[in-house]
Amino acid sequence: MTLIKDGFFDADELKILPGVPSEERLKKGPVVVIECAQQIPCNPCEEACLKGAIEIGESIVNLPKLNADMCSGCGLCVAACPGQAIFVVDMAYSQTEATVQLPYEFLPCPKEGEVVAGLNRAGEKVCDAKVLKVLAPKKFDRTAVIKIAVPKNLGMIVRNIQLKNSDKED
Amino acid sequence: MKEAELVIVGAGPAGLSAAIEAAKAGVKVMICDENQRAGGQLFKQIHKFFGSRAHQAGTRGIDIGQNLLNEVEKIGVDVKLDAVVWGIFSDRRVGIVHEGKNTLVKAKKILLATGAAENVLAFPGWTLAGVMGAGAIQTMVNVHRVLPGKNVLMIGSGNVGLIVSYQLMQAGAKVAAIVEAMPRIGGYAVHASKVRRAGVPILTSTTIKEAKGKEKVEKAVIIKLDDKFKQVAGSEKEFDVDVICLAVGLSPLAELAWMAGCKFTDVPELGGLLAIHNEDMETTVPGIYVAGDIAGIEEASTAIEEGRLAGIAIAESLGYINAAAAKEQKQQIYKRSDQLRDGPFGIGRRKAKEVLISRSLKQ
Ligand SMILES: Cc1cc2nc3c(=O)[nH]c(=O)nc-3n(C[C@H](O)[C@H](O)[C@H](O)COP(=O)(O)OP(=O)(O)OC[C@H]3O[C@@H](n4cnc5c(N)ncnc54)[C@H](O)[C@@H]3O)c2cc1C
Ligand code: SF4
Ligand code: SF4
Repeated sequence: MTLIKDGFFDADELKILPGVPSEERLKKGPVVVIECAQQIPCNPCEEACLKGAIEIGESIVNLPKLNADMCSGCGLCVAACPGQAIFVVDMAYSQTEATVQLPYEFLPCPKEGEVVAGLNRAGEKVCDAKVLKVLAPKKFDRTAVIKIAVPKNLGMIVRNIQLKNSDKED
Repeated sequence: MKEAELVIVGAGPAGLSAAIEAAKAGVKVMICDENQRAGGQLFKQIHKFFGSRAHQAGTRGIDIGQNLLNEVEKIGVDVKLDAVVWGIFSDRRVGIVHEGKNTLVKAKKILLATGAAENVLAFPGWTLAGVMGAGAIQTMVNVHRVLPGKNVLMIGSGNVGLIVSYQLMQAGAKVAAIVEAMPRIGGYAVHASKVRRAGVPILTSTTIKEAKGKEKVEKAVIIKLDDKFKQVAGSEKEFDVDVICLAVGLSPLAELAWMAGCKFTDVPELGGLLAIHNEDMETTVPGIYVAGDIAGIEEASTAIEEGRLAGIAIAESLGYINAAAAKEQKQQIYKRSDQLRDGPFGIGRRKAKEVLISRSLKQ
């Protein structure tokens, strides 16, 4: 219900999606998390994955289904999704941290090494996040994919970033 | 009087796609658009589109527009810009003011692909400067690169409201909130999630009560609605904004079809009164066709398919394509259109289209 009333998932809504990997799979290392919950006519994610880990099939309104064992967490599908609904999460990044790769289409783009605010699905600041990588090859068509490190318990929580100096109110 | 085989009114995705299909088959096409640049709505759409590969999904609207223009140029269609079509008369004569000069062209076939106009919403203060339509804002921000204001309240949570909110933020404005009268968000959840996680609250069961300001918008007052859409007294909230953006739906721009004498019918799921058309997109007036938003408010992807369909049907009726070849091409288009008109957001439109077409059989 939260999704269609407020625009973000509650934990239960998320868990049942066919594009969201199990907790066991998440623990093993980088894997894609596809937060696409409505039957909309769309399928670029299926084509973007060279490993065939995402399946939509003949009817393009089917929800994207993840075969998590085939996914290497490479992140190719993140920029290809016009809904910006795809993230890559690595819960095994370190003892204390997880990483999240997310699509970003605002300027300025953060730099590698920069510390930014990590935002949850409701747009609230929940932590500091360190930018590990910024990928924006021509193929991504002006959508950057930003990889950040966040506290381990927030790997499935942080879904956006805010640059520190963009806080100013005018 | 000048003569033409096919005159297309409107060079948006529908008109351009029709021009390409018809010209490919050998039809001599003239396409008129009132703007200085062809492409219709597509040149405002800087976001990546949905659909499948056949609909160039994942490609930004502007680039889909450019691809269509390149193709039109390659095939050699006569594109008339700064060309307002102001009337359709008997015997399919078309009145055009092109670069300030009035001409009358007699056409064998006419395709109306004029798109849609934005709906407005009246509320106290709605005539203040700063109350604007989403389409106008999108043109200012994405085409002319002018920010209409710094703080925006968005009215309407359909895809247009959600996408324009996102694009306003990309351009550097702050979106204070998106309000929606219905108890649920109207557009795709993926678009809603994108603006929500950027910090924009989406307030359902809420509407605008009043815009306040001396000469221009300075404040917006919103109010909660109960389950009977009655304003809940005492639930007002005020925002300091300088722009109130209306994204409350579109209506087919069909004056020329009325003037041509086409029969109309009311189909609420597709935006209201529509010129009845058959499976070939031909209206009740022989030789006059419609495609795109004028034939039902949908999307660029469906507009492209309808344009293609009209282009093929017109080429067929002019004898450039034989019935068997035309049938095969049309079947493919029906199939792709059905793919787009599927799922909870599309099935209603598919059914409504079927009703519209069935009404043409009764004529
Ligand atoms: C904010 C927004 C976001 C959208 N996002 C998407 C999306 O993600 N995916 C998608 O598929 N669709 C999207 N759409 C919808 C899409 O833009 C329209 O459905 C599509 O452009 C309709 O195409 P059309 O050719 O019928 O009309 P238009 O693109 O509107 O073109 C009509 C043209 O005809 C011209 N014209 C009208 N009357 C006359 C006249 N009398 N003489 C001369 N010229 C005339 C107009 O100026 C215009 O150039 C979006 C729309 C909006 C507003
Ligand atoms: S992250 Fe890479 S392997 Fe996994 S689904 Fe996306 S494209 Fe395929
Ligand atoms: S590309 Fe994105 S929005 Fe489209 S089906 Fe895949 S996950 Fe959903």
